[in-house]
Amino acid sequence: MKKTFKRIAMGFAAAAMVAVMAGCSSSAKAKGNNASGNTIKIGVNMELSGSVAGYGEQQKKGIELAVDKINKAGGIKVDGKKMKVKAVYRDNKSSTTGSASVAAQLVNNDKVVAVVGPATTNDSTAAIPNVTKASVAMVTPSATDAGYTMQKSGKVQPYAFRACFTNDYQAGAAARFAYTTLKSRRVAILADNSSDYGTGLAKAFKSNFKGNIVSTQYFQEGDKDFNATLTSLKGKKFDAIYAPGYYSEIGLIVKQARQMGITAPIIGSDGMGDPALAKIAGSSNATNVYYSTPFSTKSADTNSTVKTFMSDYQKKFNAEAPTFSALSYDSVYMVKAAIEKANSTNSADIAKAMGKIKNMNGVTGKMSVDSKHNPEKTVSIEQMTDGKIVKATQLSNMGR
Amino acid sequence: MHTIMQQLINGISLGSIYALLALGYTMVYGIIKLLNFAHGDVYMLGAFWGYFVINYWHFNFIFALISTMAITALVGVIIEFLAYRPLRHAPRVAALITAIGVSYFLENGMSYLYGASARSFPQVIKQHNYHVAGISISNIQIIILGTAIFLMVALQFVIKQTKMGKAMRAVANDPDAAQLVGINPNHVISFTFAIGSALAGAGGVLIGLYYNSIDPLMGMTPGIKAFVAAVVGGIGSIPGASIGGFLIGILETATQAVGLSAYKDAAVYVVLIIILLVLPSGIFGKNKKEKV
Repeated sequence: MKKTFKRIAMGFAAAAMVAVMAGCSSSAKAKGNNASGNTIKIGVNMELSGSVAGYGEQQKKGIELAVDKINKAGGIKVDGKKMKVKAVYRDNKSSTTGSASVAAQLVNNDKVVAVVGPATTNDSTAAIPNVTKASVAMVTPSATDAGYTMQKSGKVQPYAFRACFTNDYQAGAAARFAYTTLKSRRVAILADNSSDYGTGLAKAFKSNFKGNIVSTQYFQEGDKDFNATLTSLKGKKFDAIYAPGYYSEIGLIVKQARQMGITAPIIGSDGMGDPALAKIAGSSNATNVYYSTPFSTKSADTNSTVKTFMSDYQKKFNAEAPTFSALSYDSVYMVKAAIEKANSTNSADIAKAMGKIKNMNGVTGKMSVDSKHNPEKTVSIEQMTDGKIVKATQLSNMGR
Repeated sequence: MHTIMQQLINGISLGSIYALLALGYTMVYGIIKLLNFAHGDVYMLGAFWGYFVINYWHFNFIFALISTMAITALVGVIIEFLAYRPLRHAPRVAALITAIGVSYFLENGMSYLYGASARSFPQVIKQHNYHVAGISISNIQIIILGTAIFLMVALQFVIKQTKMGKAMRAVANDPDAAQLVGINPNHVISFTFAIGSALAGAGGVLIGLYYNSIDPLMGMTPGIKAFVAAVVGGIGSIPGASIGGFLIGILETATQAVGLSAYKDAAVYVVLIIILLVLPSGIFGKNKKEKV
């Protein structure tokens, strides 16, 4: 009996404490979360398990590296005080519901001042309502669908940002490259049908390409056999293949196409930018392969930011840095730039400042955030011969 | 004509893998009436084992294949012992849900331990293309088809000619009666899991060699398609599973060949629905009346 009473009393005490705390935060009145103490918490809403965990893992590495680097340099300077950064990682299990609940957890329980992630357009879009309610900005490293930063009414989402290209921008560049540089007039499209990324790029390529589209075929993420589609393509006349998708499938397309004697150029998108591509395709097959990318490992020769990033990554993870890691690394630095610009750790202020980032020197290029919350930066087209990147052509500001 | 022949070869190579997987489904179902949804993941484990022994112990193809079959057989027996045996007398749906659980456990366990990214399978056999009458066939396609057919014939021999095979058929027919004549059903069931999983493991290594890309989730879709193949052939029937596998492989290829690549998976599932409506016992299935 006594015990029960004690429990009830404790329950009351806890409830009272919650009430007091709730009173505290409402009395502050200002919108958004603030950093407490000497640490700035950044939430990471990421696909760490489930169907696209491969991308999430790479992005997590980029984030870890960026956080390490910022902290080693002393942290982020706010109001004359250097504050350390702490990343809070939460797994959204590659699902939209997971992403929405992770977003809520990060902004409400962990009280983060900004969120990095998720990786895909679908998961990112699902997280918007919860971060918006809490007035916390989120930067996705790789959600490329133009609609992600826009509201249905046509207004920009105030708390949604991205570090990558939009589909239109990237596929437009690829279309111009195919037409002008490769002089292709007839192109066959082979696109990933299981993501907004693949279908969005295919659609944007179609509307931007001046020549003929001979055939449009689709595949699913996780497919391994493209022989049938390629055999039927082989009978058609075309100058190039446009294959937007991720390296795991495009690597196989390159391999199987070359093995059956298709030698036409294969042009892809930044999802191909991974050292594993050449390994999966086989070095000798990865010839006459091109892809658009914000981040060229080639540019390490001339650009010191990229060079230190590449060597730091190599040191920490003992692997060559893939595009996904570069983009997530830049996402963290966008948060840092916004905090410094706002000179505040208030999440609403950070979001406002993020919209005004100008000429930030990232590893994926010098970028400015435009009025639609998309980064303006240059596209490079990398060319592979025998599995090695031999050339990177910059297509700077060719109009959007 | 050439293109059609070429597509047929593509379809048969793909189909032989589905057939190897479907055999495991059909054998397990034949004996304990369980759809072992973790079967596709055993195939994934086989591919990973092949990857490790070739990369780190420098096995050649034959040894890699044989060691993989031994290891996946063991894995199959362990899965049966830990996950399904305690549920032997539970309702069927409980075992089915457990199978799905085992499948998730294997997929996410492997992603957790070794990362979810696709990795390239070491190419122990260099690919050559042979051109016969205008169509090209690679040595790897021949190896896949040859290994698959060899294993199927060997399986048929085991089931029809050996004492264990006889015991398997007896347990499938009537487990209680089999026990009365001195057969230990637990041994037979373990043996069935071992053989089915060994075939799946072999399929995993062959796929790794053929496509050169493996990942922890690689077993999901092929697993489901092999299940469809087993149903099409008549679940419980061994020749049915082989034929069903080839049919599904050819169907998938044909769908892509006529330009409907976006619907290739849908086509397979449409066939599943049609078969279940029109010919529920499959092509080779026995039309047995259920005793009530």
